[in-house]
Amino acid sequence: MTTTASDWRQAAYVASQAADARVNVELETDGMTLNLGPQHPATHGTLRIVVRLDGEQVLWADPACGYMHRGYEKLAEVRKYPQITTLVNRIDWLGSFANEVPFILAAEKLMDIEAPPRAQYIRTVLFEMARVANVTLFLGDMGVQLGAVSPVFYAFRDREHVLNLIEAATGGRFHPNYDRIGGLKDDLPKGWVDETKAVMKKMRAFCDEMEDLLLGNEIFQARTRGIGVIPKDVGLEYGMSGANVRASGVDWDIRRDEDSPLAWKHADWKVWTHPDGDSFARYWVRLQETREATVIIDQLLDGLPAGPIMAKVPRIIKVPAGEAFIHTENPMGEMGYYLVSKGDIGPFRVKIKTPSFNNVSITPWLLRGVYVPDVITILASLYFILGDIDR
Amino acid sequence: MPKLVPGVIKGLGVTFKELITPAVTVQYPHVKEAPPTRARGVIALKEDNCTVCMLCARECPDWCIYIDAHKETHEPASGGKGRSVKVLDRFAIDFALCMYCGICVEVCPFDALFWSPEFEYAEYDILKLTHEMDRLEEWTYKVLPPPPLEDGAVVPPPPPAPAAAPAVAAAAAPPPQAVGAAAEAPQTAQETSDAAPVKPARAPRVEVEPDQETYDRVLAAELEKGTDRRVAEGRAKSAALRAARAKAGGS
Amino acid sequence: MTPALAVQLAYGWLAAIKVAAVLAVVPVGALLYVYFYLFKMVSHMQSRLGPMEAGPHGVLQAPVELLKFLQKEDLVPERADRFVFGAAPFVVFLSTFLLFVIIPTGPRLVAENLDTGVFFALAVSSISVIGILMAGWASANKYSVTGGIRAAGQLIAYELPMVLAIVGVVVQAGTMSLQGIVHAQATGKIFGWGGIGNPFVFTQLVGFVIFFIAAQAELTQTPFDMPVAESELVAGYLTEYSGVRFLLFFMAEFASAFAFAAIASTIFLGGWYIPGVHGTAADLLGPVVMIAKTMAVGFVIFWIRFTFPRFREDQLQAFAWKYLIPLSLLNILVTGILKVVF
Repeated sequence: MTTTASDWRQAAYVASQAADARVNVELETDGMTLNLGPQHPATHGTLRIVVRLDGEQVLWADPACGYMHRGYEKLAEVRKYPQITTLVNRIDWLGSFANEVPFILAAEKLMDIEAPPRAQYIRTVLFEMARVANVTLFLGDMGVQLGAVSPVFYAFRDREHVLNLIEAATGGRFHPNYDRIGGLKDDLPKGWVDETKAVMKKMRAFCDEMEDLLLGNEIFQARTRGIGVIPKDVGLEYGMSGANVRASGVDWDIRRDEDSPLAWKHADWKVWTHPDGDSFARYWVRLQETREATVIIDQLLDGLPAGPIMAKVPRIIKVPAGEAFIHTENPMGEMGYYLVSKGDIGPFRVKIKTPSFNNVSITPWLLRGVYVPDVITILASLYFILGDIDR
Repeated sequence: MPKLVPGVIKGLGVTFKELITPAVTVQYPHVKEAPPTRARGVIALKEDNCTVCMLCARECPDWCIYIDAHKETHEPASGGKGRSVKVLDRFAIDFALCMYCGICVEVCPFDALFWSPEFEYAEYDILKLTHEMDRLEEWTYKVLPPPPLEDGAVVPPPPPAPAAAPAVAAAAAPPPQAVGAAAEAPQTAQETSDAAPVKPARAPRVEVEPDQETYDRVLAAELEKGTDRRVAEGRAKSAALRAARAKAGGS
Repeated sequence: MTPALAVQLAYGWLAAIKVAAVLAVVPVGALLYVYFYLFKMVSHMQSRLGPMEAGPHGVLQAPVELLKFLQKEDLVPERADRFVFGAAPFVVFLSTFLLFVIIPTGPRLVAENLDTGVFFALAVSSISVIGILMAGWASANKYSVTGGIRAAGQLIAYELPMVLAIVGVVVQAGTMSLQGIVHAQATGKIFGWGGIGNPFVFTQLVGFVIFFIAAQAELTQTPFDMPVAESELVAGYLTEYSGVRFLLFFMAEFASAFAFAAIASTIFLGGWYIPGVHGTAADLLGPVVMIAKTMAVGFVIFWIRFTFPRFREDQLQAFAWKYLIPLSLLNILVTGILKVVF
């Protein structure tokens, strides 16, 4: 039996159908799994986010943290109070002094000791300086994540002045280790107040520069407006705090809303909120907060009371038995320490609540259906630090 | 698309302004900026003050201070029981572990440990970062006196007049081979703030060479007594400096 | 030896000299841009000094980096397609090399004065798209593939506004040859005054701006640098390249910037023409003038690069298709009408 032309045609047709089917199966992809991190320029540290992409759109995202877990809470069980103050500096390493404050306040609450007013004022000033140093980096860094390479250099250059001031007062740029139960370690060196006021003026000029360079830039606005919108209730449900929820319209600031021994009530300042809840709003709120922090510092330094900086405290610190939870408005959000003491020279248990942990927990919900470049924008605008997430 | 002109042009203006403004880079190592006085650069040990109480080693969160010591009995000057004294054999700080927290410096009751802003002691091998007594002693010459305090601060009362105790504040008179800012430091310590209460008049410190005869004499005497070599040298040096100062017509 | 063979030999030597000359110019152009703009201008814009140690004020940094790249290990990912991976940098470099062939730097100083000058330039600049796709695909890396696909989409989208912007110039000059365009500008008059000729930047301002933006996108410079979005894709299609292969890409990128700036200077800013200088003097001064104009255009390209954040891919495409192309078509329409009327 010889094959006829129509047989060839039939065979060719069947073969082409089979080939098509093969190609369709190959092209019928379920999505590409991409690993953002743990080593990645955009993730502020060793955060790993596994995203499943359909082309450029995210189908689902799964953050995996813990690459930087250092065991702070376990360490705190076997250390004494002055030693824990040292360690705790390193949780949110950019907001240096702000990490020590809630811990010291919790211990002071259990010991029923109040630091003298000068110490409270200086504590607040350094707290706000930590905020300025921290958020300034964010203002520049968000530019880099979006592709503008120059603002981050201005941020680092101007932040140097703040770090030099912190070093002049405490001895350490990033890890001051300056707060003590009952007050502070040393008083301020001569000329510090005037220098700080001059530097705060520079920081305000920097904020203006960022407004011109980034906030007003149409490309920046096109990249951030409407991206990563967090509705008020969803944000609060996930336990987010700080500028992230204030950018969604929640008028909540622990400095103003709760009574704290620190000196915020002695200054006249306002809380900034924004109704939109998108990445632009988060950048905007943080910029205004930085300016507000410089204003607080100026006012507090004007009214700095004279006097001692350390209350009467026994040489060997033994915190009486009890539990205390103190939270403060750290640069990243709400940071809290739950201190359980059994009357020893070290705590029995310290539970550290960090803001970035909650801030990053919203990423699976937030990143669905978003384009890959927007993933970077959103992560940058949420502003977390790995040391804060992982402790 | 919104009007492209204002926002982006303003941004270009900012970078152009920065272009024509001189750069702020300090070209290390050709130019070195001095860190602030209180900067926690390195820990220095003044061996004479150390009584081997071990508080620093105990309080260190990292346990990076290694101390070896032995007990010696010294004959009393006039009758009575022999005094047992701890003598330091080895005092080493492992700077690879050190967190630069300053707890050891704070906790030392005898002011034997000081902070110095010196930071250029990097090594190629991590094992070489454990520094022994001699290196720690070298760094005492770079220790700066504490800066004067801001207005409104409560200044601690001045220490008693320098009769004998070497355990005075960090403004130890640097020996002639001091380098850098330390040479100027004693002067500023003298001009300390008006906020301080009136201090007893004190003759200005004079920089002198240790008196060689006194040094030899005291060293020989101590060694005869059977004192450890290093302790003897330390005592001989302090005696020699005091004699030289007295000769120069100072304190 | 027959006259024909003699002519052929002479032609062969001439071609070899031309190839060598252009091959020499490519790294020189890249080096100039790299030193002045990538090392020094960006540094001073960011309030720092840039390289200062290698040679006075860091002038030797770029040549030293060249040597550094040459002595690096040749890494090819295990699952990469070796041949395509290796060929991609050469394809991109080829495209850049060919761009320099038609750029005139004097009345007689041009490698090849093609009659279809600008058309040739646009055609060869499209070859680099293939090279980038090859690089992205052959790297066997998800980041590279994403970068390569983005690049393909972007570069193809921005070819059109560039072509259409140049069409406006061609209509006004009446010729596609670059020497002819320079000549048209040199002999033109602005409202009857022939002092500086008639650089087309005045009449074709819209075209100039469109060409500028399109060139910025063709060079994948911020704000159009999605394919090499450093903070997202590490280095996009370049991620797996190191050593000499990366050097070729890098040099091709900066030499392309130089070439595009040179083309922009030629067709919009008057090229090598200096008012009142003709003949041999123009041959000597022409390159100087061309370099000056190219550096000026390059300054703006890199100034924009180091200031703005980047567009997202879809915004980029929308910008090209919805705004630039209609605008450039309008530009051609108006140019055509005015050319006929006047």
